Amino acid sequence: MEKLLLLADEAIALGALDGGLSGVYAYPGTPSTEITEYIQQSPQGKASEVHCKWSANEKTAMEAAVGLSFVGKRAMVCMKHVGLNVAADPFMNAAVTGINGGLIVLSADDPSMHSSQNEQDSRFYGKFALIPVLEPSNQQEAYDMAYEGLELSEKLGRPILLRITTRLAHSRSGVIRKPCKPQNAMKMPANKRQFILLPAIARGRYAELLASQDKFQESSENSVYNTFTDGGNKQTGIIAAGIGYNYLMENFPQGCPYPVLKVGQYPLPLKPIEKMAAECESIMVIEEGYPLIEDAIRGMLPPKKPIIRGRGDGSLPRQGELNPDIVAKAFGIQKTEGKPMPEVVKMRPPALCQGCGHRDMYAALKDVVAEYTQAKVFGDIGCYTLGALPPYTAIDSCLDMGASITMAKGAADGGLHPSIAVIGDSTFAHSGITALLDAVNENSPITVIISDNETTAMTGGQDSADFGKIESICRGIGVPENHIRVLVPLKKNYEEMKQVIREEIEHNGVSVIIPRRECVQTLKRKKK
Amino acid sequence: MKKDIILSGVGGQGILSIAAVIGEAALQQGLYMKQSEVHGMSQRGGDVQSNLRISDSPIASDLIPKGNADLILSMEPMEALRYLPYMNENGWIVSSSTCFKNIPDYPADVQIIDEIKKCPNHVLVDAEEIAKQCGNTRGANIVLVGAALPFLDMPVETVENAIRYIFSRKGEQVVEANLAAMRAGYDHSMKHKQ
Repeated sequence: MEKLLLLADEAIALGALDGGLSGVYAYPGTPSTEITEYIQQSPQGKASEVHCKWSANEKTAMEAAVGLSFVGKRAMVCMKHVGLNVAADPFMNAAVTGINGGLIVLSADDPSMHSSQNEQDSRFYGKFALIPVLEPSNQQEAYDMAYEGLELSEKLGRPILLRITTRLAHSRSGVIRKPCKPQNAMKMPANKRQFILLPAIARGRYAELLASQDKFQESSENSVYNTFTDGGNKQTGIIAAGIGYNYLMENFPQGCPYPVLKVGQYPLPLKPIEKMAAECESIMVIEEGYPLIEDAIRGMLPPKKPIIRGRGDGSLPRQGELNPDIVAKAFGIQKTEGKPMPEVVKMRPPALCQGCGHRDMYAALKDVVAEYTQAKVFGDIGCYTLGALPPYTAIDSCLDMGASITMAKGAADGGLHPSIAVIGDSTFAHSGITALLDAVNENSPITVIISDNETTAMTGGQDSADFGKIESICRGIGVPENHIRVLVPLKKNYEEMKQVIREEIEHNGVSVIIPRRECVQTLKRKKK
Repeated sequence: MKKDIILSGVGGQGILSIAAVIGEAALQQGLYMKQSEVHGMSQRGGDVQSNLRISDSPIASDLIPKGNADLILSMEPMEALRYLPYMNENGWIVSSSTCFKNIPDYPADVQIIDEIKKCPNHVLVDAEEIAKQCGNTRGANIVLVGAALPFLDMPVETVENAIRYIFSRKGEQVVEANLAAMRAGYDHSMKHKQ
């Protein structure tokens, strides 16, 4: 059969489509964005009317996906790891309600923080919610897990968490497809109270979730994604999860001499681990992210033997993503490196594009900020976070989506003036609107700059949920009309821009300034 | 047959198109391949790389171990040097000779080129100039694909087919312009490799 060359993200999209998906819900976030984009561009998705429009944020996406599952259809919701924090409320509770149509929650972790604020490990969310987790090691498994995950969710009655990491999400390889399954017909939940988490009902649902754990365990023990391969050398047993398995096998091209348990489905399969513990002197755990498996088996096995090694005890580094060289070192395998990098090679950090409107916004803002002794600028998540780097060094914070406005408010509550927020249009739609409402309700003296490039630029130019609506949203929340100021961020307008920023800083209440000019990247693409 | 290739450059220079052409050619030959890419924040004018691995047997890691790369193929000479620790002792550098200066402390061109010349196996390509001569100003990355070919054990016809397949949507003119760029890059390497 023909092999398709796909990113793991694309393989997940196609696997879900072939597995009978009726809708994907998502907010863009590296490294998960390409899943939804693939479905948006798929003729197959279009022909079978699979829902694929972007959601305002991960929480609205998760809730819509649960709604689609409620009517008996198969749904997937995709996000980056920190997006799962935003969606944590419906996520945790969907584990308690259970599902009707199959539901996959896809979370893409970013160890080494290539495009993120932290490297949290989503597998803990699976454990926290008490639901099964799938973790592919390659593109074919990514396809298979999405394809079969929808059905597995229906079989077990709960959402399935599918966890990937950056390196796999953005790596391509050949994938073989399976036969297409039809979508589910609409079918209401048999139990009319299943989705009503009133305490009296929720207690019953939670008891059922706890009782289901044995079923999840059995599914893991028999999973094709958990495989044990025995080895002659019992000095060390190896547990390798997800992409960690690839780095292990890269170092043993002729086959691994040690017993190896490859883990792709959680809860952890206990039988092979018990066998390994009884036979081996030590166990090495190779897992991407936190030492989840390592800590779990350390609590499970007797304290002296076997010795357990991994990211927790320092055998592998605790921080950052793994690679074949790190794993080689942990096994004492000697490698010959190439020549060292010459000293003339300089760092080349990312920067705002030439011609970007954010540049002009920061140039004007920086001049005005310099006129005050203690002005602070609270930043947010997007391309404009790069304003933290030279030549602008213009922002003082970057916490999470929407925090610029609320942090500015809190700082103003503490007496800071000027207290300025810089947020993008898509981030404002995601989590800035409720923040602005808090500020308006207290007439906080803050200046909010919504730097509007009419797209979600950092992730490649997806639709922004508040496109064409920003002024009316601000008015509707209660920002006075004369303190909603729209500007065109261009060099020739610097003096006007600076004057407007000064005036609004001096206004004793909430002001919104909207420098608006389309992203140069999306503009270039339209012209092509 | 096993080739580990590091593709490097600056965000926006089109290294993913290079990967797409070589990857498609490998697939047409029935080879295994894995190719890891960089998306997201670092694409904004920062250094970018892609690890491309091609083999006639299954490939384990998506990332190339240090000291393993047979070829560093770079759209920018300083970016080629960044990955020297990954190159094996018989490896080749094939790099565009045009410096891309978007940082204030970029060294003098001659320092960079001298460092590349210290490596015994290298081909420097004025990819932009060659692309221009072919009447394909945006084809510098495809010139580089051609320049890489003598080091890839891959028939020219397979790569031509891959270019036809990938660019067919954009019309016959684009296909021909890219084929010309690729052949010019190939000729350059054949002439300049010792």
